[in-house]
Amino acid sequence: MKYTEEHEWLRPEGDLVVVGITEHAAESLGDLVFVELPEPGTKVAKDDEIVVIESVKAASDILAPLDGEIVEVNEAIVEDPTLVNQDPMGEAWFFKMKLDDPSQMDDLLDEAAYKALIE
Amino acid sequence: MSELKRTALFDLHVELGAKMVPFAGYEMPVQYPMGVMKEHLHTRAQAGLFDVSHMGQVIIRAKSGNADDARAALESLVPVNILGLAEMRQRYGFFTNEAGGILDDLMIANRGNHLFVVVNAACKQADLAHMQAGIGESCDVEMIEGRSLLALQGPQAEVALSRLIPAVADMRFMDVAILDYDGSEAWISRSGYTGEDGFEISLPDDAALKLARALLEMDEVAPIGLGARDSLRLEGGLCLYGHDIDETTSPVEAALTWAIQKVRRRGGEREGGFPGSERILRELEEGVSRKRVGLLPEGRAPMREGTRLFADDQGAQEIGVITSGGFGPTIKAPMAMGYVSADHAAVGTRVFGDVRGKYLPATVSAMPFTPANFKR
Repeated sequence: MKYTEEHEWLRPEGDLVVVGITEHAAESLGDLVFVELPEPGTKVAKDDEIVVIESVKAASDILAPLDGEIVEVNEAIVEDPTLVNQDPMGEAWFFKMKLDDPSQMDDLLDEAAYKALIE
Repeated sequence: MSELKRTALFDLHVELGAKMVPFAGYEMPVQYPMGVMKEHLHTRAQAGLFDVSHMGQVIIRAKSGNADDARAALESLVPVNILGLAEMRQRYGFFTNEAGGILDDLMIANRGNHLFVVVNAACKQADLAHMQAGIGESCDVEMIEGRSLLALQGPQAEVALSRLIPAVADMRFMDVAILDYDGSEAWISRSGYTGEDGFEISLPDDAALKLARALLEMDEVAPIGLGARDSLRLEGGLCLYGHDIDETTSPVEAALTWAIQKVRRRGGEREGGFPGSERILRELEEGVSRKRVGLLPEGRAPMREGTRLFADDQGAQEIGVITSGGFGPTIKAPMAMGYVSADHAAVGTRVFGDVRGKYLPATVSAMPFTPANFKR
């Protein structure tokens, strides 16, 4: 599992990576009420704003963690955004993407570095 | 920036695990560990306890000793029938300016030999100055210090509060009473700002803290922060000063004409006589070019404050703007209020909000979005 400074997690799954937001992010956002996901097949560049989430408090963007293509999105969190608060690191993943350069994963934070960031 | 003030309940909020944020010069709880959504639903289902001690509590007494003089004086600042307000009853109103805009909205209680008013936190010093300048010659206008203000809201509010102060069960919506709590004078009104039945209770700080702790011991009662207070009042169709109403909006544009009684309107016994009366009375008869309305976005995307509204889905004809918007936990859907041109203000009209460059449909809807649950 890898992390970004934008509070996303990335978990390799075959030749894809699954992306979601961290427990810490879900907690500080508060109750989610709206999620808008990109279309599968969308080509994205690192830091593109590709997901919109809204909590009871405000709207935020989620950025593409790396370059690649969106392969699959989790419609379950669009139907029920509160899943993200219940299980952000598991069932409430956001999208799966195919990375242009899987070695870019190495540049992301490991768990210890992410923990240090949020403390 | 000047230092933030704290209410007498600050330590209790922290003890309860509240997330504290700056609000109107105070450090206030925005939410507790329960979270905004559950706090909102709890208030609609049971009873929520709010600390609203940041609001301004003001007593107005006529220097003549004749209470009618204070009531007549206050009528010179608000377009509301105060002389006709029965003893121990309360009424909603607003201070207007010469241009017919709204300086603040407030609650006005007739407590026999004096008036008790509650004003918004952010406006309270300006309101005090405004009252002293406007009616200071005939009245003593005093900001009350050392008293906290609690709101207990929800269908179980009466059950909970009457365990401690039994006489509240006899009060009806907008009644005012002065009752004993633990040897202190509790100033109570059966009112609130959530669309639910409930009470607002002013007590000396120590007694307020004691009452808050006693209420929170009860199964029905949970502490509720500003986050849920905002979604509750928006579902209730109630205006937030500084957002839905301000110095640029007239009460007629704001659809608050129900608070301007006949006696203050054209042809009434005490017609006009308040700041901006020329514009406001004219608008009452001739109508306005824009109006505050409720809006229900069709999809799941909330339309927030500042969202521009259009007549078409191409963004060609701009017709208004959203002034409050979010998600309604009870209606389980996004909701908003805002101003639209009068020709788009009829219930059922479809308009389009610019949400991140997409023109999403919303329907002009009656408010409140949830039925009011007052004990009339």
